Amino acid sequence: MTKTSSTSTTTPPPVANGRVRFYQVGSFAVGNRLLPEVHSIQSSRERHNALTSGHRACQGCGEALGARYVLDAAQSAAEDAGERVVTVNATGCLEVFSSPYPESAWRLPWLHSLFGNAPAVATGVAAGLKAKGRDDIRVVAQGGDGGTVDIGFGCLSGMFERGDDVLYVCYDNEAYMNTGVQRSGATPPAARTATTQAVGDSPGNVFGQGKDVPRIAMAHEIPYVATATVADLHDLERKVTYAMSLHGPRYIHVFVPCPLGWGSQSSHTVRIARLAVESGLFPVFEAEYGEVTGASPIRRQVPVEDYLVLQRRYAHLFRPTRDEETIGRIQAIADRNIRRYGLVGRPDAPPVLNDAATGAASTLGARADLNNAPKED
Amino acid sequence: MPTTSTPEPAPGNAVRTPPFAITLAMGSSLENKTGAWRVERPVYRDFLPPCNDACPAGENVQKWLYDAEDGSYERAWRTIMRDNPLPAVMGRVCYHPCQTACNRGQVDEAVGINAVERFLGDEALRQGWVPDPCAPDTGKHVLVIGAGPAGLSAAYQLRRRGHAVTIRDAAPKAGGMMRYGIPAYRLPRDVLDAEIARIEAMGVRFVLDSKVDRIAPDLDSGEFDAVFLAIGAQVGRRAYIPAGDTARILDAVTMLKDVEDGHQADGSAADDQLMLGRRVVVYGGGNTAVDAARTAKRLGAEEAIIVYRRTRERMPAHDSEVVEALEEGIQMRWLSTVQHADAGNLRIEKMELDETGFPQPTGQFEDLEADSLVLALGQESDLSLVDGVEGLTIEDGVVQVDEQFMTGHPGLFAGGDMVPSQRTVTVGIGHGKQAARTIDAYLRGEVYQHPERHRLADIGAINSWYYSDAPQQVRERLEGARRSQTFDEVVQGLDADDALFEARRCMSCGNCFECDNCFGVCPDNAVIKLEPGKRYAFNYDYCKGCGICVEECPCGAIEMVPEMS
Repeated sequence: MTKTSSTSTTTPPPVANGRVRFYQVGSFAVGNRLLPEVHSIQSSRERHNALTSGHRACQGCGEALGARYVLDAAQSAAEDAGERVVTVNATGCLEVFSSPYPESAWRLPWLHSLFGNAPAVATGVAAGLKAKGRDDIRVVAQGGDGGTVDIGFGCLSGMFERGDDVLYVCYDNEAYMNTGVQRSGATPPAARTATTQAVGDSPGNVFGQGKDVPRIAMAHEIPYVATATVADLHDLERKVTYAMSLHGPRYIHVFVPCPLGWGSQSSHTVRIARLAVESGLFPVFEAEYGEVTGASPIRRQVPVEDYLVLQRRYAHLFRPTRDEETIGRIQAIADRNIRRYGLVGRPDAPPVLNDAATGAASTLGARADLNNAPKED
Repeated sequence: MPTTSTPEPAPGNAVRTPPFAITLAMGSSLENKTGAWRVERPVYRDFLPPCNDACPAGENVQKWLYDAEDGSYERAWRTIMRDNPLPAVMGRVCYHPCQTACNRGQVDEAVGINAVERFLGDEALRQGWVPDPCAPDTGKHVLVIGAGPAGLSAAYQLRRRGHAVTIRDAAPKAGGMMRYGIPAYRLPRDVLDAEIARIEAMGVRFVLDSKVDRIAPDLDSGEFDAVFLAIGAQVGRRAYIPAGDTARILDAVTMLKDVEDGHQADGSAADDQLMLGRRVVVYGGGNTAVDAARTAKRLGAEEAIIVYRRTRERMPAHDSEVVEALEEGIQMRWLSTVQHADAGNLRIEKMELDETGFPQPTGQFEDLEADSLVLALGQESDLSLVDGVEGLTIEDGVVQVDEQFMTGHPGLFAGGDMVPSQRTVTVGIGHGKQAARTIDAYLRGEVYQHPERHRLADIGAINSWYYSDAPQQVRERLEGARRSQTFDEVVQGLDADDALFEARRCMSCGNCFECDNCFGVCPDNAVIKLEPGKRYAFNYDYCKGCGICVEECPCGAIEMVPEMS
């Protein structure tokens, strides 16, 4: 398996003679009739549909989309290596909408135990398979942000720390959606949830709390950590495929908009994910053994407002009066991500960025200096 | 969903023992027809791309760009040939309204449609592709008068449909204004000849050097089942300009025609017969004025000056031609009219525009040295041939036709510059095609019905995110200084790589190009991918109607419609 390069997080358009050759679709569409070599797994009629139709996810569910992408890619990668996949699922939307007794939408071996112990159960499955000498079965664990960032966090850290051979995928929809949109450790600042109401002097979720689990995972110096979204399928599939080629603990954090919890149109799921990336609010990067090895550059930078206005969970920032200060603080988070991962500017040149807080231009390399990164708000 | 507590036997005769604590038979989520949640359903559509909409020849531009994208140039060429028999000509002389309308122009730059068309046209000539076989002979015979764009287009389309066609033209060679009005530096004659020869090879009979003075005998003879008139507008419009005896005044149409005739005589660019002098003034502001000035320069005039009574913004000439003329050193005198012409001298009056943009005289005069004055004030049709034709009406110097291109005289059709229209080659081609369709219906005793037009594909439905950033490919040009000496072609074609690149910039507005995006982004796996070329279908059993496919379709070929209750 080739080492990931620093510019490949967004699949670059194929180039010949120094010139881009293919246009009918860029690399962002699922398939490309002109270019078989960049066809995604999802564009194949022979895809696994690991999570098949009839599941009870809401209209436009980002998590259903992300889970199918991930497991189809994992199964394809495993098949290519003569292996099979078993998945362990934490409690949460994904588990509830896919497996109301006695039905299942899963078309691969699937195991559910509790909300908080998916990493531990996956560890056990991997250990059991190892004990039986089965090196042809790979373990993929999955859960939402609640089951990963909060409730299952100790198990997850333990799984990382022990070096268990599990790919853990977190579908981040930024709150406990299954139980009625309660705040989680992944809920972003200012977002309205059932437990962070849009009332008071500083409505919505507070600034300065929560966890950046991809970076915590990196701190464990595990073989592979990546973030991805449902907006760039090629990127997500490539990361899953690469992760499946590695052994030991691997962590992929997938951004999955939730129309119901975020108060967005069901048709906007992919668009919102795209805007999260293009604004800098959700940095898409990958890291190996604690070091950032690649980041998807922002193609056309947008202000965070473009992302916020599509979601009713941020409606209080715009109505009845526009909350410039809070929007500015959210913009500062995006700007810091852009600096930290070098998301704007040519990948081969350090980007020159406008620092929203100071107005000063700063130049930072594409490689994040984690020790000197600005502190969280 | 199954509610029975009796385990169903597993396939293969073995009775499946339910796992511990499981009392219901295992079921698949496929038993949930979640499509019942839907209030709107997505539907695949074909919309009208703006390029197709804008093409006066009615070309299916989006389709042939799609054909060309995977290198299927011959298929692309055949798609063009359904609507237009002269792609190599069109790729040179068309003012490409398609590109003005192109949605990509609102993303970065319009697709270089005209350049790709020229590439395909040239490729066909290089490879010797021949048109699809004509339909079996119908026994009907149509007379086409005028071998210009409209006449050639009509003849070609009628021949394709199996009718016998005779074209008569007054000139010694076919092509009409394409040959006698458009200079060779814009349209090389070998290209024109080759595309006309292809029409002739299909069995269209050309009778040249054969001016039709009166059409009435042909109408009455019974030899022809229908007649299509496309004689164009070749008479230079005259304006009264007081002139001294020795003033050299000629009109642009005659001048361009003389140049063409001179070419035929000796094959050289400079025509000794045409004595224009050192300094030539062209009066007018249309494409013909620009052609005349650029030609004068090529014939050896040291200075060529266009005098126009309004401003550049109000000039009818196409901007690209004006730019090329300026590059070649043509001078422009805006807001000026010619008051009086004497040998070697013109009296020019300055004008100013009133509120309505109409030029008004100012009473300020100046002299302009000039050896000759070329008038390019528009053209008129010589309609003497229709004198006495019953039922035919002429208004504003052009023949009136209905939407079937039929004149008031049954069986007599007309198109091109001699009917009310914009006077461009492409419009002529379009008239010829449309007239041929209605003539064909007429010959079968029917009336042609226009198929319903699809709704226009709006830029708002395009998700431009999915298209790579790609600049328009530049067509090379001869340097201004070099080209003003010769009649060599000014604008060069694209090479195969660049043409392919340009074709692939097409966003396929409103028409599915099988990118698989809808198939990929459906959270419910409710899109069914059919065989290549057959696109997709929705599995409405499971489509929840979220609309992601509509939102994320790159080309806007899906729309949501309310569910019927």
